[in-house]
Amino acid sequence: MYGIVRKEQLAPNTKLFEITAPAVAAKSKPGQFVILRIHEKGERFPITIADADPEKGTVTIIFAEVGKSSTQLGKLEVDDAILNFSGPLGNATKIEKFGEILCVGGGVMAGALLYQMKALKKAGNKITAIIGARNKEHLILIEEIRKFSDELYVATDDGSEGKEGIYFLKDILEKKFDQAITIGPTSMQMIVSEMTRPYGIPTTVNLFPIMVDGTGMCGACRVTVGDETRFACVHGPEFDGHKVNYDELISRMRFYNPNEKIAMLLFDGV
Amino acid sequence: MTIAHKKPQTEMPKQSIEKRIHNFDEVALGFDEELALEEASRCLNCPKPQCKKGCPVEVPIPEFIQLVKEHRFGEAASKIKEKNALPAVCGRVCPQEEQCQKFCVLGVRGDPVGIGRLERFTSDWERLNVKTKAQKIEQTGGRVAIVGSGPAGLTVAADLAKLGHRVTIFESLHTAGGVLMYGIPQFRLPKEIVQTEVEYVKSLGVELRLDSTVGLLSTIQELKQNGYDAVFIGSGAGLPNFLKIPGENLKGIYSANEFLIRTNLMKAYKFPEYDTPIRVSKKVGVVGAGNVAMDSARCALRLGAERVYIIYRRSRDEMPARAEEAENAEEEGIEFMLLTNPVRFIGNDRGFLEKIECVKQQLSEPDKSGRRRPEPIVGSNFTIEIDTAVVAIGQSPNPIIQQTTEGLEATRHGTIVVNEETMQTSILGVYAGGDVVSGAATVISAMGAGKKAAKAIHEHIMTKKAA
Repeated sequence: MYGIVRKEQLAPNTKLFEITAPAVAAKSKPGQFVILRIHEKGERFPITIADADPEKGTVTIIFAEVGKSSTQLGKLEVDDAILNFSGPLGNATKIEKFGEILCVGGGVMAGALLYQMKALKKAGNKITAIIGARNKEHLILIEEIRKFSDELYVATDDGSEGKEGIYFLKDILEKKFDQAITIGPTSMQMIVSEMTRPYGIPTTVNLFPIMVDGTGMCGACRVTVGDETRFACVHGPEFDGHKVNYDELISRMRFYNPNEKIAMLLFDGV
Repeated sequence: MTIAHKKPQTEMPKQSIEKRIHNFDEVALGFDEELALEEASRCLNCPKPQCKKGCPVEVPIPEFIQLVKEHRFGEAASKIKEKNALPAVCGRVCPQEEQCQKFCVLGVRGDPVGIGRLERFTSDWERLNVKTKAQKIEQTGGRVAIVGSGPAGLTVAADLAKLGHRVTIFESLHTAGGVLMYGIPQFRLPKEIVQTEVEYVKSLGVELRLDSTVGLLSTIQELKQNGYDAVFIGSGAGLPNFLKIPGENLKGIYSANEFLIRTNLMKAYKFPEYDTPIRVSKKVGVVGAGNVAMDSARCALRLGAERVYIIYRRSRDEMPARAEEAENAEEEGIEFMLLTNPVRFIGNDRGFLEKIECVKQQLSEPDKSGRRRPEPIVGSNFTIEIDTAVVAIGQSPNPIIQQTTEGLEATRHGTIVVNEETMQTSILGVYAGGDVVSGAATVISAMGAGKKAAKAIHEHIMTKKAA
């Protein structure tokens, strides 16, 4: 069992948990994820690591309450425990001195992006960050992200804060970037990749398709990258954003939507 | 009783076909005491028992059967456990016809003794009548780390714990048992039975650490640095193979691993009581004809499919599945489409699988492996309507440990290279066995490899301690 030592509500339906898991904390690196299971009848589901403190022995996750499992997770309180917390899984982000980096984070993934930015900044990069969310209420961690950004742009889908939408990125891309990194909703990562393509900026996306075991066994997380089928859990979760087949990925991510609706309806009924 | 051995093998009761295709309860029901005594009485207790030759884990077969004959069922179970930590598993899933029973002298003229069925009876009797107690074993001071709690890892753990070594098993998933939990379905191997076997191994003093993916959480080198005298890698088969044909990522296409993990380990057949979903529609095509394919097909049926096809590119004679498993599947109404090779999956405009296009095949002359190679018949393409497909054509080793362990020699297929006698890898004190060495094989061959490794690890530690 893995105890919750800190809980924060960051935005509507968005929670931060700091969890005691010393072995995981000792090994976690930006870009990796954990797989959780809350109770004996629960499903296994992945969450990207948003921070780790090896000295305290804790791992931080930030998640949106969208389905039954994440909603159940959100209902846990400090001193409650999570049944299974397996990680770190997946490959870590490549941290090196690229030069000028564009970092684009959306929604709850701002936390995972911040974790990467801290390491990238330490490696001597200049970072232009764009943080987006549905609306003003859903923007998270802006002040922390500002500390690690040389330039920061805030955007919302409805324009309630900062820029409206993501297409203003076109103007920013006029500046020369050596590397782009994006993490957030798949459709956002797709748009960012499409926009960086004409500029020839190497672009890393961070994919989270459906997973079960998270260690390469099931193949549920397969993604077409270039001509190859790759498993996000063992070959990723980061891939070349210019080579991913997003239509297929987005379609596959929705496969269990009807089942999730049933689970959620019954859960609400309880 | 003198002519008991001339009788045919005692039949084991099974759930009726009509009933069993609608539930996940065990198909084979096992012997009661009367049937067990009847079957045990067929054993001649040969002076030179041949059956033992066929058992990779050296079960004292005539000895335990003799105890069954004498109604000493608990002692019979203990007798088996001297050599085999997982008898309730082996009694159910071993291919006895290829092993112990193949060598039984009664088999020359008639039916061999039903050794597997007796092993199963004995261990089931013990589970129901004897409480597992923690055992006190004198310690050697040796420490061993085991990667993976499947049949190989559990065997190594039990053997070494009995010899007095302190053993820790690192398991990546949230439950111990490996393929016994995630792969083999409930109706062939109930999960409660696997857990009883795991509890027995724990009762020997073995420590179990779940949620621990070695390679990522700790590396093999770190385990060695942290005071383990030896490490055994039994991480199993890994990444599922796909057909590499168009349309394979359409919605509705599962690897057998995913299909079985959802169904067995995560109990998706009890959705929404259990949270993990699975989507099985009316018509299911399973590609492949090994035991995993049969398991997948029979799961699909129980999950509510109306028609389930086994699609296999060779003929019946080449099917890798145990004859018994293929028969069970056929009895249940699984349709075999043999000499049929998939060429592409066809989906609708929303990305859901609708059909599979196949080509008819014919067999050529036998190749080097002795199997007759299938060749497509030009122009024989046809489609089958299916809305779920399960690809059950084997696995490639998981790369995590190989990638994170410097100096660990692997084949070009990714399996770990070992000394066949000792199961030691290219690194001193690091051993491996089971599917990660052999590629996908059987539970019992993994256990056999585990047994060999345990002997070598014991020697390695005792030599080290003496020095």
